[in-house]
This record gives sequence, structure tokens and C-alpha cells, in this order.
Amino acid sequence: MRERGHWNPYLAGALVGVVAILSVWLTGQYLGTSTTYVRAAGGLACTIAPGHVAENAYYTLEKVKLDWQGMLVIGLFIGALVSALTGGTFRSEAVPPMWAERFGPSPWKRAVVAFIGGAIMVFGARLAGGCPSGHGLSGVMVLSVSGLLAMAGFMAGGFATAALLFGRK
Amino acid sequence: MNPLWAGLITGIAFGFLLQKGMMLRYEKQLGFLRFRDMTLLKFMFSAILVGAVGLHLLHALGAIPELKVRGTLIGANLAGGVIFGIGWALFGLCPGTAVGALGEGRWHVAAGIVGGLAGAAIFAEVYPALGGLLAVGSLGKLTLPGVLGLSPWIVLAVFIAGAVALFRWFEKKGL
Repeated sequence: MRERGHWNPYLAGALVGVVAILSVWLTGQYLGTSTTYVRAAGGLACTIAPGHVAENAYYTLEKVKLDWQGMLVIGLFIGALVSALTGGTFRSEAVPPMWAERFGPSPWKRAVVAFIGGAIMVFGARLAGGCPSGHGLSGVMVLSVSGLLAMAGFMAGGFATAALLFGRK
Repeated sequence: MNPLWAGLITGIAFGFLLQKGMMLRYEKQLGFLRFRDMTLLKFMFSAILVGAVGLHLLHALGAIPELKVRGTLIGANLAGGVIFGIGWALFGLCPGTAVGALGEGRWHVAAGIVGGLAGAAIFAEVYPALGGLLAVGSLGKLTLPGVLGLSPWIVLAVFIAGAVALFRWFEKKGL
């Protein structure tokens, strides 16, 4: 199962658990990422229509600013880049192989579906109140009912859609 | 520590480990959703169980005064969750792993990240109109041990036993 330059997934996962514990213990912060999409979208919208963003109830609720979680997302990019470069697992990829096998090699087709999927996904995460980091990891770690319900939803929607996309085979 | 620096350091560790655990690949995410490769569940359940035991232990020792529980909104948690799942299967990554995947060189995820920003903006626009719909099934900050009237340690023991059985089965089946 393990591939060159990667670690056993049980070990890497367990270490994420340790990172989550230290973060809560030392700084009181729980892992999560999807609110950052709202703040970033609000920040971008501010350059076009600052008055509109200031009046919007959701941007006001989540506060458009660079905070702990925004820096976490930036760090996530850096950490993945460093790990991929030092481990020799950096891969320049325009279309994922599994996608290409089913839907062909067109990067445009992939990009359009990725855009639509990304939009639906973050919309759902904000409705649910979190993504697999905030609800899945942080929420289930504290055994919250909201985290468990959201996880059940993520998987139900994901399994059904994957079956429709790829067939039952 | 300045929270911005703490966030950056935590993020670097998180991204490093997601990359090492192969979580930044379309094939691992769809492999899970198609029941072909359970790397994602091995990684995620390991993280959850270690984190859950550590957080409850520190809470019991008084080192963490209170564990943060998000309020239960049955309608929004489930409906939002299912909508998320549909987008997840189409895109092939989630909001956090997508950013990591970009760091790993998977350029195609850029379209999904931009889509995610669009989805967030659309949500912000419709949020005022959702009003009372968001509050359907609002039950407050519930935990599973609280609902069941059990010690969290009993719930954790059952979760750990279930995960170990699942892990053994995955390894036997080569998933």
C-alpha cells in the first residue's frame, strides 16, 4: 500500500491527530478550512463592491480578514509543497489518471467539472457549518452530533454521486 | 504565540502530513467513494481517534477547560452534508486537500478552488434569504455521549473497537 516518498496512512493520520491536540491545547484552535473560502471570496468581492460586502449578513458574521484559519490554509499549501519536493513526489498534473480513463484527457472538461464541483462543495460546507476538517476531524474528535451528521451527509452524497459518475463497476 | 504564526505552523504540519498520507490525490478520494481504496478512511479515522482520545484526556485532566462543540442543526448539517458530498465527488478533493493538492503540483485543482470561492460567494448572497430554514432541527450543542447518557470513554472504546475491526478487514481485503 505504501509508495515511495509517502508514509503509512495510519501513521500520517495519527500524527494529524497529534497536531490537532497540540493546536487545541496550546492555542485553543480547531482545524478547519472552509470558512476561509468565505473570507477570501469576501476579500475579492470587496475590491469590486465594498459597500455590498459590508452590508452582507454572512460576510459580517464570518468577518472578512486574514485570521488563524487563513494562515492555516496558506501553511497547508506550503507544507504539501515542501513534503512533495523533498519526498520526490511532486507531480505536475493537468488531468487525474482516473478521471482521464473515464472522461478523456481534455483538461477543459476536467476544469469545468472541477469548478462546478468546487462551487457545490463549498456551498454545501457552509450550509452544513463545516467541511471534512471542521466537522469531520474537529467535530467528530469532540464526539459532536453535528460532526457525525455532517460526515454521514458527506459520505451519502459522495457515494451516490461517484456511483452515478463511474457506474457500479 | 501570535495566532497568525500559530496558524501558519499548524497549517504547514497539516499539509505536510496530508501529502505524506497521499490524501491530496483525486485517485485516493474517488478511490474511497468508489469503495476501491480505503487509504482515506485509514488516515481520517486514525486522526480522529488519536485526536479524540487526546482531547478528552486533556479535558478530563483540566488542561482544556471546555471542548468546543458546534450546535446541531439536523436539517442544515444533513442537507449541507449531502450537497457537499455531491460536489466532492465531482471535484475529487475537499476544501483543505484541494489547497494541498495545488502545492503537490495537481494544477487542475485550481479550477475547483476558484469554484469553491464562487460557491462561498453564492452562499453569502443567499444566506439572508435562508433565514429560518437554517434553524430546522436546531437542538443545541449536543454530543453523542450526552445524547446516550454514557461516559465519553465508553463511546470512544466502541469507536476504537469498530475502527480496528474495519482496519483489519481493509488489510485482509487489500483495500
